[in-house]
Amino acid sequence: MKSFRIILIGSSAGGLQAIMQILPELSKEYPIPIILVQHRAKEPKDLLEEVLQHKTKLKVKQADEKEKILPGHIYVAPPDYHLLIEQNETFSLSSDEPVQYSRPSIDVLFESAASVYGASLLAIILTGANQDGTQGLKAIKSKNGYTISQNPKEATFQLMPESAIASNTIDKVLNLNEIKQFLINLSNHV
Amino acid sequence: MEVEEHQLWGFLEKLYLNFGYDFRDYARASLKRRICHYLQLKKINSLHELWETIESNELALEQMIQEISVTVTEMFRDPTFFKSLNKHVIPRLKTYPFFKVWVAGCATGEEVYTIAIILKEAGLLERSIIYATDINQHSLKRASDGIFPIDSMKNYIANYQQYGGLGEFSQYYSAKYNAVMMNKDLSKNIVFAPHNLAVDHVFNEFELIICRNVLIYFNQNLQNKVINLFYQSLCDFGYLGLGSKESLLFTDKRKNFVEIDRKEKLFMKS
Ligand SMILES: C[S@@+](CC[C@H](N)C(=O)[O-])C[C@H]1O[C@@H](n2cnc3c(N)ncnc32)[C@H](O)[C@@H]1O
Repeated sequence: MKSFRIILIGSSAGGLQAIMQILPELSKEYPIPIILVQHRAKEPKDLLEEVLQHKTKLKVKQADEKEKILPGHIYVAPPDYHLLIEQNETFSLSSDEPVQYSRPSIDVLFESAASVYGASLLAIILTGANQDGTQGLKAIKSKNGYTISQNPKEATFQLMPESAIASNTIDKVLNLNEIKQFLINLSNHV
Repeated sequence: MEVEEHQLWGFLEKLYLNFGYDFRDYARASLKRRICHYLQLKKINSLHELWETIESNELALEQMIQEISVTVTEMFRDPTFFKSLNKHVIPRLKTYPFFKVWVAGCATGEEVYTIAIILKEAGLLERSIIYATDINQHSLKRASDGIFPIDSMKNYIANYQQYGGLGEFSQYYSAKYNAVMMNKDLSKNIVFAPHNLAVDHVFNEFELIICRNVLIYFNQNLQNKVINLFYQSLCDFGYLGLGSKESLLFTDKRKNFVEIDRKEKLFMKS
């Protein structure tokens, strides 16, 4: 069994439902920090964090710049900013141009995390109607990280997982239920 | 395209020692990303090669500086910030016969015209001078020209309405072809000038300083230095406005400011 120090999740259209199927059974002491980029609108009353918090015992919080990344948390990328990770395992934000029409962008997080965590990184790509994430997954594979895609057959929107799989960057294609089990198993092996 | 940490470090040192551009204390992840993109764009294979192209070519150097700095901006970006500014700061500015505002890291100027419009609607524009500064000369030139693409106006009009503007946004510019030109009366009290927050010093005293979405690109050390610079540049009880994801948390002056509006990142020197 591999041991990971960080779990990244990228999702877009249909993502909230998918994430809510994966997370509920993770315990409060889950040993690996989870970072989520969910494409979101720049709405002042966007309740993503609140909605997720109802579904998990982990602490859900919007990532702040310079914040130290700790276990027991699900960090969510803030609307209208790209989220990046520094070598010292803290967050950075940037308001660079959108990537693949998205800010936050999955590619940006994945690429910056790849060079920080190398082989101890697990990235998961879920449902979505665009190709964000594929470039980032390439960077992760070039650093020997481990990658999972939601089975496109099961995804609400196929394009994002399909594009990832087509680029030969995915180690395992799983259904949401299997992804959930995969994450639970990880905590028994740390 | 891959750039190793130690190579980047060496490149930034050389850039500083030879040309005075100091990016050494910028947050690395985003800087690295911009530089990698620039290498890709220019089909340059390494930082070594990049150095060779900029070393003896000032134009190439300027171009690189422009490309690696993030210039994304909007008019009335985050309307709630300007609403809060209007509510908390404008009443005090009204009590001064004359006051100075510094917009640091003004990029292409959208934020500066935003401030000018707010001051105008409060009847304060004539009593003010706005200093608008940036390191990016190209952006500053665009800012002082005051010409913007017409496509972006739709978004700015929506922002302006969300802010609660008093008039019609279109009264502040004239449209020509696919561009708009901001009214000259807005900019007559604006001074556009280069200023590098990483190396330059205090140059005046201000009643209000706005510096939004600039500090996120700096590491803790440089953030601290810049907040100290702002502290020294503010008059007693002067105001400081930061970007929506920025804070004073990592600076030694955090106890020397009071939070006027925590959510909108509006502070007062105390
Ligand atoms: C993302 S823009 C922010 C524009 C505007 N303040 C806003 O919030 O919309 C960041 C700006 O900071 C400027 N900048 C970066 N480093 C700087 C420095 N050391 N001194 C002054 N300006 C700097 C960049 O050139 C760029 O124009």
